[in-house]
Amino acid sequence: MNEVSYLKYEGKHNGLAGWLLSTDHKRIGVMYLAAMIVFFLTAVVFGLLMKFEMLTPGRTIMGPQTYNTLFTLHGVMMIFLFIIPGLPAIFGNFFLPIMLGAKDVAFPRINLLSWYFYIIGALMILASLLFGGGPIDTGWTFYVPYSLRTGTNVTFAVFAAFVLGFSSILTGLNFITTIHRMRAPGMNWFRMPLFAWGLYATAWIQLLATPILGITLLLIMLERIFGIGIFDPALGGDPLLYQHMFWIYSHPAVYIMILPAMGLVSEIIPTFSKKNIFGYGPIAMSSLAIAFVGYLVWGHHMFSTGISDTSRAIFSLLTFLVAIPSGVKVFNWVATLYKGSIDLRPPLLFVLIFIILFSIGGLTGLVLGSLNTDIHLTDTYFVVAHFHYVMFGGMGTLFFAALHYWFPKMFGKMYNEKIAAIGAWTFAIGFNVLYFPMFILGYLGMPRRYYDYLPEFRNLHVISTIGSWIMVTGIFIIVINLLKGFLKKEMITDINPWGGTTLEWTVPTPPPVENFDKIPVITRGPYERDEHK
Amino acid sequence: MDNESVMENKHTEHIHRDDVGSKMGMWLFLFTELILFGGMFILYAGYRFMYADSFRVAAMRLDTVVGTVNTILLLTSSLTAVLSLAAIQKKQKLFSMYLLVFTIVCGGAFLINKYFEWSTKIHHGFYPRGPEMADLPDGEVVFYGLYYVMTGLHALHVIVGMVFLTFMLVFVYKEKITFDNSQKLENAGLYWHLVDIIWIFLFPLFYLIH
Amino acid sequence: MEKTHSINYGTYVLVWLGLVALTTLTVAIAGLNLYSLTIIVAMAIATTKSLLVANYFMHVKSDSRVFKVFIVVCIVIFLTMIILTFFDLIFRYPAK
Repeated sequence: MNEVSYLKYEGKHNGLAGWLLSTDHKRIGVMYLAAMIVFFLTAVVFGLLMKFEMLTPGRTIMGPQTYNTLFTLHGVMMIFLFIIPGLPAIFGNFFLPIMLGAKDVAFPRINLLSWYFYIIGALMILASLLFGGGPIDTGWTFYVPYSLRTGTNVTFAVFAAFVLGFSSILTGLNFITTIHRMRAPGMNWFRMPLFAWGLYATAWIQLLATPILGITLLLIMLERIFGIGIFDPALGGDPLLYQHMFWIYSHPAVYIMILPAMGLVSEIIPTFSKKNIFGYGPIAMSSLAIAFVGYLVWGHHMFSTGISDTSRAIFSLLTFLVAIPSGVKVFNWVATLYKGSIDLRPPLLFVLIFIILFSIGGLTGLVLGSLNTDIHLTDTYFVVAHFHYVMFGGMGTLFFAALHYWFPKMFGKMYNEKIAAIGAWTFAIGFNVLYFPMFILGYLGMPRRYYDYLPEFRNLHVISTIGSWIMVTGIFIIVINLLKGFLKKEMITDINPWGGTTLEWTVPTPPPVENFDKIPVITRGPYERDEHK
Repeated sequence: MDNESVMENKHTEHIHRDDVGSKMGMWLFLFTELILFGGMFILYAGYRFMYADSFRVAAMRLDTVVGTVNTILLLTSSLTAVLSLAAIQKKQKLFSMYLLVFTIVCGGAFLINKYFEWSTKIHHGFYPRGPEMADLPDGEVVFYGLYYVMTGLHALHVIVGMVFLTFMLVFVYKEKITFDNSQKLENAGLYWHLVDIIWIFLFPLFYLIH
Repeated sequence: MEKTHSINYGTYVLVWLGLVALTTLTVAIAGLNLYSLTIIVAMAIATTKSLLVANYFMHVKSDSRVFKVFIVVCIVIFLTMIILTFFDLIFRYPAK
């Protein structure tokens, strides 16, 4: 029975039901992938429309209310439906058990439940556009008091985010238990692949930060429905406490996005430089350090809101601390590449693009983290550029890297590598043309979230909009190329096309239902190479 | 939690069951509950700091006796919950079931008390958008907001706990929970104790400010 | 099958008696006027009660170390949140 690949397996249910009712972690991972690509591309279209509106001053294709709705939806969908769950839900589900030498996650049925929470939450967000007071226009942050006053469908959209939180929590719970209880014999903590370390640190944030967002959103709902006074200043509430609560979750959430991505880099670099990773221990520990420090810095989102000067100084100082473990990682990656026999295949190309984009994002983050410059730059395009470099340049680029790295293993098919490289370069060039002018615009004083601008900003906006077209062309090439590979008739059976050393490259392509015929016994570190090969 | 594999492999010679893993999953879930209430405790602390005097005045209107009775009820139910686990481990099935029934009854009594407490408050006009609330100072409005949300959320957890325990009662009766397979009962118990611990903090924060 | 928690009924009942006694104590103390100490004393008693429930009823005392580490992590994270929030509040609403 274990000869059959997970794609072809037929059990109690077949066809579509065989997927929708499957508790196989690999099928659940693929179902997340399918759903997320749809939501991601939808949100890309929203972003493209926004950039088109910014082509000329004044109204180009839409009015202010539509623009407010679009940036809200773009943010909500990208963040809650793609960036936060992306890597853990898709690739974590698919590969974590295999990398640990296990047959499935600890709680397979809860895993499926978590997918349903995700889909229900996502559909609710889309449904919130269609009824009630119209599409939400609060921005993805749902700041009070506006979110309590606006007539748009905030109550329902907020509930959708609450449901998505459940999905995230259950995934985290599952991964922590899996990592603690289901590692193969001989796989001690320091023989675990670094992607698993990234997921472990992430899972703790999912578990211990998401409930804060849950309760905060619940309170927004209760205030809107019953008029309970908690955050509403008219009823004695303190809107700044709302912002504290929101960012207590949402800042660590940034690390939910980036930690698995960083773990992935630590997988791809040793594979394509044919070397053991440099500094395994520091990389693993820096994941935990980033996860912890991530809880300490949320106040830097509130520097100009009127929080006390003492806390501003403390939060600013703590913010700079994040740079240390992040720097540890980058130095170790570069040291791994150094004197390696580098094979510049598409996954590595995406990783190198990531390192550059993420470094720009990280360094501009320091500009925003220091109090005096932040006063000048807060709520300008500089911030928009910064977080797109960090999140999209970070997690987004690595999402493509992961797809190209694991695609042959997941589907037993291969894409065209040349076209993938062309797509990657187009994406990278478009990305910089789109977002780099925003740094300058922000520095010059262009505020974010406006559908209109002063004529002197025109040239930079035009360049940025052209960049959006180039970048979307890149994404289009990448997606079509993968889709063509997926639809190919010919299967590949090569177990290890890249020469990787972790356990997923020891199982058949595509993996069989139970992953392993015999649970492997681990006798060496994840990136150590056999001499004879 | 992960009883799926137990069910499927019932007839095979090797039964895969990870009690520690199951307990770990439960504890991790409890942490999310703790942080969920933790968010409310942060808000409570913040507003009590801002409105110390109003909180004191507003808290005077709550009935300490009702609060104390409810505390004793929950503590006792926690005792019987853990005793029912000990009983099943000593193979005393019937005793274990009696104890579970008693636990659920205590939870019910707690809710009935809560119901009368809330209806008295609502009857007197102390509820969001209620007639008395318009004249209250800001701090007291916030106090009642927190009071309703936190005790309401807690009561919701009591209800969920009672549903869990009822399932456990059925499982014990059907001998799906036995002396050597009692992790499910222990997990339900853990949840019930957590609900108790949250009340241990809610009680002094709302009823004992003078 | 190993018996994980071999505590007999008597211990649980004793713990329960302790919990009831502490409840009585906290209610009694609330009647006194201790000003700023009120909240500290009340929270100290509540923490003691929680420790009793966790250690005995929830068996943390006899559980393996990993559970204790988890609980400490959870509490440290929560305290971090509340302390950092108060760095703002204390200096934004001074002298109260």
